[in-house]
Amino acid sequence: MTLHPILAALKKHKAGVTLITLQIALTLAIVCNAVFIIGQRVDRINRPSGIDENNLFLVTQSWVGAPTGDDEGSIDKLDSMQQADVATLRNLPDVESAIAVNTLPLVNSTWSTGISLKPDQQRSTAQAALYFGTEQMVPTLGLKLVAGRNFTSAEIGHMGFRGHNKPPVIIVTKALGDKLFPKGDALGKTVYIDRNPTTIVGIVERMQVPSVNSWANSWFWNSVLIPTRLDAGFSRYAVRAKPGRLDAAMREAPKALYASNPMRVIETGAKFEDKSVHSFAEIRRYAYRADRGMAVLMGVICLILLCVTGAGIVGLTSFWVGQRRKQIGIRRALGATQVDILRYFQTENLMIAGVGVVLGAILAVGLNLWLMKQFQMDRMSITYVLVGVVVLLVLGQGAVFAPARRASKVSPVEATRSV
Amino acid sequence: MFGYYLDLAVRSFRRNRVLTALMVLALGLGIGASITTLTVLKLLSGDPLPHKSARVFAPEIDPLPADSTTKPADLWRGWGNIMSYTDAMNLLRAHRAERQAAMALTPVKVRPQQAGEHPFFSNGVMTTAAFFAMFDVPFEYGGGWSEQDGEDRARVAVIAAELNDKLFGGKNSVGQTVRVNDHDYRIVGVAGKWAPQPRFYAVSLGGRGYGDGDAVFLPLQSGSADKMNPQNVNCWQVADITSLETAPCAWVSLWVELESAADAGAYKTFLSNYVAQQISLGRFHHPEVALPDLADYLAQQQVVPSDARLQANLAFGFLLICVVNTVGLLLAKCLRRSREIGVRRALGATRSAIFAQFMIESAMVGVAGGVLGLVFAELGLWAVRHQPAQYASLAHLDLAMFALTFVVALIASLVAGLLPAWRACVVAPAPQLKAV
Repeated sequence: MTLHPILAALKKHKAGVTLITLQIALTLAIVCNAVFIIGQRVDRINRPSGIDENNLFLVTQSWVGAPTGDDEGSIDKLDSMQQADVATLRNLPDVESAIAVNTLPLVNSTWSTGISLKPDQQRSTAQAALYFGTEQMVPTLGLKLVAGRNFTSAEIGHMGFRGHNKPPVIIVTKALGDKLFPKGDALGKTVYIDRNPTTIVGIVERMQVPSVNSWANSWFWNSVLIPTRLDAGFSRYAVRAKPGRLDAAMREAPKALYASNPMRVIETGAKFEDKSVHSFAEIRRYAYRADRGMAVLMGVICLILLCVTGAGIVGLTSFWVGQRRKQIGIRRALGATQVDILRYFQTENLMIAGVGVVLGAILAVGLNLWLMKQFQMDRMSITYVLVGVVVLLVLGQGAVFAPARRASKVSPVEATRSV
Repeated sequence: MFGYYLDLAVRSFRRNRVLTALMVLALGLGIGASITTLTVLKLLSGDPLPHKSARVFAPEIDPLPADSTTKPADLWRGWGNIMSYTDAMNLLRAHRAERQAAMALTPVKVRPQQAGEHPFFSNGVMTTAAFFAMFDVPFEYGGGWSEQDGEDRARVAVIAAELNDKLFGGKNSVGQTVRVNDHDYRIVGVAGKWAPQPRFYAVSLGGRGYGDGDAVFLPLQSGSADKMNPQNVNCWQVADITSLETAPCAWVSLWVELESAADAGAYKTFLSNYVAQQISLGRFHHPEVALPDLADYLAQQQVVPSDARLQANLAFGFLLICVVNTVGLLLAKCLRRSREIGVRRALGATRSAIFAQFMIESAMVGVAGGVLGLVFAELGLWAVRHQPAQYASLAHLDLAMFALTFVVALIASLVAGLLPAWRACVVAPAPQLKAV
């Protein structure tokens, strides 16, 4: 079959052909970029935090009438209150372990600081988030120690919330260790936090910083564990429930804390913001809510766009078939088989869609460049465009099939009818 | 004639039900998506103080050490108008603006007086006397505190109506006490409903950008004396943060009200002079200052989430495709009717009559698409309201958007109808009649 008759026929429908080509091109451009955005958001959501999130929950509470935390005596008092709470939580039947923490990954509350290699360095070598806790932090959070050792109980100190942070030893994430010492020999080295020397005694495989906002993107895996209990008028407890007992433990924890000391606030609202006992799954869902919403929206838009374009092709081709019934009849009468007619419309669609996807590929890259400029988006991999091209060509063939089949069923007798 | 064209259009729709449904559905989806995202965008980029946003300014200064390589503009994008307590108080006490107020956000623990009620957390604002007048905060009972109350670190407070309902059953509580962070504060005023969107004053203070108003307002100096923790503390040196009032940390934001552009110019000069003076004292090292008005400040802080702008852009791309789709389908439909047009022309219909007939037909598609778009927009906004975003509960279709839906639908369909209508009216009647 030659393409000549198809081209000749298309010339008679310039406006229709242009419109359908344009629609395919625009659809490809938008769908490619939308799918790319979905891919990026899904990657973000699926980043492992580095802690074992199963059966983990977080209790945030605040004491009423607590000591001020301004002097040694009241800091000690706050410290014993915190330790009493940890003991209460550990004694619950459904609880495996519990620790006091200042924050956790995905909990948007960050204490960050610069880490330097020399005491008098003007600009720190790496920015990092600090996690304060005890030697129980590594096992309770399920962190994977890949080198060195955990803290010992003798190394654990405590200080007021606004106190001076001078830990003798620290544990860092592998990412931070490699950033500070690119040769990968961070273990045992001395670094400086707020001009105070400290020794790296352990390296954990991975631990995300608390913030998922873009300002933390460049140091997202730089976390430091500090062997210090932080004492303030409020506290956070990371609690690991026994397998399968998460719900029961989450119900029991606030009751037990109130029973041991009723002078405190543990909120129990319905919304995430209005309650202070959260399972880690809830924390993860909340932290990435905007990303999930965006991915779903983009998905819906893509789906509808493909449907609209498919329906448009069906509509336009149906019309062309209706218009050409007589010509089809003549071709059939002159010896063209049903398959020939089917092929004719499929080839025609392939040509239109082919021009559309080439134009669309250019538009897609252009749109991506514009989005990069306007919204600090990354460069889209060409794979997205190639997959999009294939999807649209298949969509075109799928959409054209029904009207083309109807065309192939046109009887040769139609050629003899005058109307 | 109009009635006749309407009748013809309805007949034509009846003949091609699927095609017509497809056009209306596509147009409706495009319009629904555009109006939904536009409503959200309009909500997010609203003017929080409609009557005086051009008169409220945010003074910005750069306290970073001499070796800092951060450009002031970049610093302000991150910090906005926050500064140290010392600088905020110096600028406040100079009284160079019509009104000026310093503020910081703090979570407050409120303990109800009734027995058996658990204490709870609320949002607090530590601020200075002129806050209420400058930001047009209405009062149900009483009023704000005086500047002297602030200087005396008096334990006085203004509470929001919602908290007043919760604690005092909505009765006039002026003169009563509210227990905030384990200190008794005397209530001097009950503020009415006040929740500007975006919450411009909270942006640089670590608060949320949209949503409900705050519950407790108390003097900055008193809150600071009672060691209330500000939401956001940015230190530019290793700092002893046990005494925040003297620490090299920015945690207080300053807003000023200036009557005219000349006043704004004068205030900027004053700000530059202040910074120059601090440089000569060795406290500061960078002479740059900025004094954006509220609108510029919101743009600088990029308050509107870029996701919302991205969605609006994509929704309009979506609408464009839907319009192209409608043009294609309308064209297909109208070319199929060449014979009918030929007959009408032969019977004396002018070209403009044919043109009008087809434009009316597309307008009808547009109106139907608009109605459907309205349904989709309501559906979309319902979905937005059920998202856990800060602004979710505020997403409602307003009257202007309602009208816009129809204007957009009509314009989109008329644009879509132009080409088919033109093609229809240039149909030569003779060949069409010959074929019959």
